[in-house]
Amino acid sequence: MAVNTNDKIITVKNLIKKFGDFTANDNLTFDVYRGEIFGFLGANGAGKTTAMKILCGLSKPTSGKISVAGFDVYKQTEKIKKNIGYMSQKFSLYEDMTVKENIRFYAGIYGLKRSYIKEKTAELLDRLRMNDYANTLIASIPLGWKQKLAFSIAIFHNPKIVFLDEPTGGVDPITRRQFWDMIYEAAHNGITVFVTTHYMDEAEYCDRVTIMVDGRIDALDTPDNLKKEYKAENMDQVFVKLARNIE
Amino acid sequence: MKQFAGFIKKEFYHIFRDVRTMLILFAMPIAQILIFGYVVTNDFKDVHIAILDKSKDNVTKEITNKILSSGYFILEKDLSSSKEIEEAFKDGSIREVIIFEPNFAANLEKEKTANIQLLADASDANTANMIVNYTSGIIYDYLKKENKDIEMPMQIVPEVRMVFNESMKGVYMFVPGTMALILMLISAMMTSISIAREKEMGTMEVLLVSPLKPLQIIIGKVIPYVAISFTNAVTIILLGYFVFGLPINGSIVLLLAESILFILLSLSLGILISTIAKDQEVAMFISMFALLLPTMLLSGFIFPIENMPDVLQWLCHIMPPKYFIIILKHVMIKGTGLMFVWKETLILAGMTLLFLALSVKKFKTRLE
Repeated sequence: MAVNTNDKIITVKNLIKKFGDFTANDNLTFDVYRGEIFGFLGANGAGKTTAMKILCGLSKPTSGKISVAGFDVYKQTEKIKKNIGYMSQKFSLYEDMTVKENIRFYAGIYGLKRSYIKEKTAELLDRLRMNDYANTLIASIPLGWKQKLAFSIAIFHNPKIVFLDEPTGGVDPITRRQFWDMIYEAAHNGITVFVTTHYMDEAEYCDRVTIMVDGRIDALDTPDNLKKEYKAENMDQVFVKLARNIE
Repeated sequence: MKQFAGFIKKEFYHIFRDVRTMLILFAMPIAQILIFGYVVTNDFKDVHIAILDKSKDNVTKEITNKILSSGYFILEKDLSSSKEIEEAFKDGSIREVIIFEPNFAANLEKEKTANIQLLADASDANTANMIVNYTSGIIYDYLKKENKDIEMPMQIVPEVRMVFNESMKGVYMFVPGTMALILMLISAMMTSISIAREKEMGTMEVLLVSPLKPLQIIIGKVIPYVAISFTNAVTIILLGYFVFGLPINGSIVLLLAESILFILLSLSLGILISTIAKDQEVAMFISMFALLLPTMLLSGFIFPIENMPDVLQWLCHIMPPKYFIIILKHVMIKGTGLMFVWKETLILAGMTLLFLALSVKKFKTRLE
């Protein structure tokens, strides 16, 4: 999909985040364009989650100029929160509530109208082919379904950006593939997708990827350009080469 | 506001759909108060005894009758020789043996003195003491009544009256204590566990990213427990009143207000625990050791604080239930007003604010 590079939905300039002496994010600068799928890659502990928490308004940066959906992360976190969706790696649904109750609850905390929620819930259950399971407890549906449901709930209120924190952990390759279809669909509908992952094959599905190593951004480009630049056959090799450079 | 209502509804789903939670919240308080009321009571009655009467005369029979008709003792065995005493104690069926010496009445008549030996099973020292005291009391009483005509040269007669609890009922002690225990347990433990569960399941993250403010999230999680704790407080007061005859001599409004204050204090403690604990198990563990045991042992509920070593007494002073129990006893039993418990009330309010401030601080450092 053609992305307008003048239409920036997230801008990050010189983001620094320190915990005591430890620098989790060391001078990050990048932009995310409206409607793209932006991959945020890196090993565990590279600083992905820290940066994402800052963008979601869960944590304050030490310094830097950051805006999300046009709002400032220092002062306008309330407005940011209304305009973003978030899906955690645990899928985070309430196990002791039914599929329908979960949808209603999460939609409810975004202050959506009851009639609207009702209408959209029916539509969503149809699309996920989960009509028969609307009143089933989350505890007894398969993991792949939970994942799809968690994602659908994260974008239920039509956010401008959806943040996905390692959304494909623990599910099989086919389910992962299906999940990425859902991500494409969301992007197609104009939702910007910001996704962290450490599955390098998934990086290929992104429009652009950044690779974080030790709190810094070492590379940022389309997967094709990165592969050319590092003379690699796939993203996995790009990542390995980058990680070696550090040592 | 609508967002908030949905949030509270969700919290009730969690409560009503978990059998364990339901048991802890609704069955346990009632079970506990009944158990403490009927089983763990130090009221003195129906002690099984044996009597070895080597004299079998009028006087010994009269004394025996008097002891058995007192309501405190039940005759388990009539022994016929000293050899049987040890065996009777060993099989555990009796707590005391009363032995009258031979020629009891004759001795009393002739020498103005006769001997009764009281043997008590002191494997439970406190009870043994009480048994012996009660028995001696009955015997002296008998003697005094028999010798009404004889005036002793000098007499000191102590008039004893147990103020506030004339019949020395155990309920007066355990109802306030159990109430503190249950409110602490439900409010602090259940809230800390339910908040920790949100963290464990990752749902807390999603809630924090949503437009709900952290304060709304916490209040939303706490409100159901306030309601349930309050219901429990009322249930306990009613059970105490109707089942065990514990009076409510003071103002009911004050009693309920103080209960709410204590509930809020426990909740703030629960919130504080949940900011420290990363999952449900840790939250439960901390609640058990930091709240339950001290409430049982160091609040004056079971063991009098005045008898403890200094160090433990100091510990008792920082235990919130201690002050709540004092307030409850004042308001329920002594019937006093706020004038007499304002100090304790202030301490509880101060502790609540302190715990809340600490929680907010912990919460903020985590965000930054």
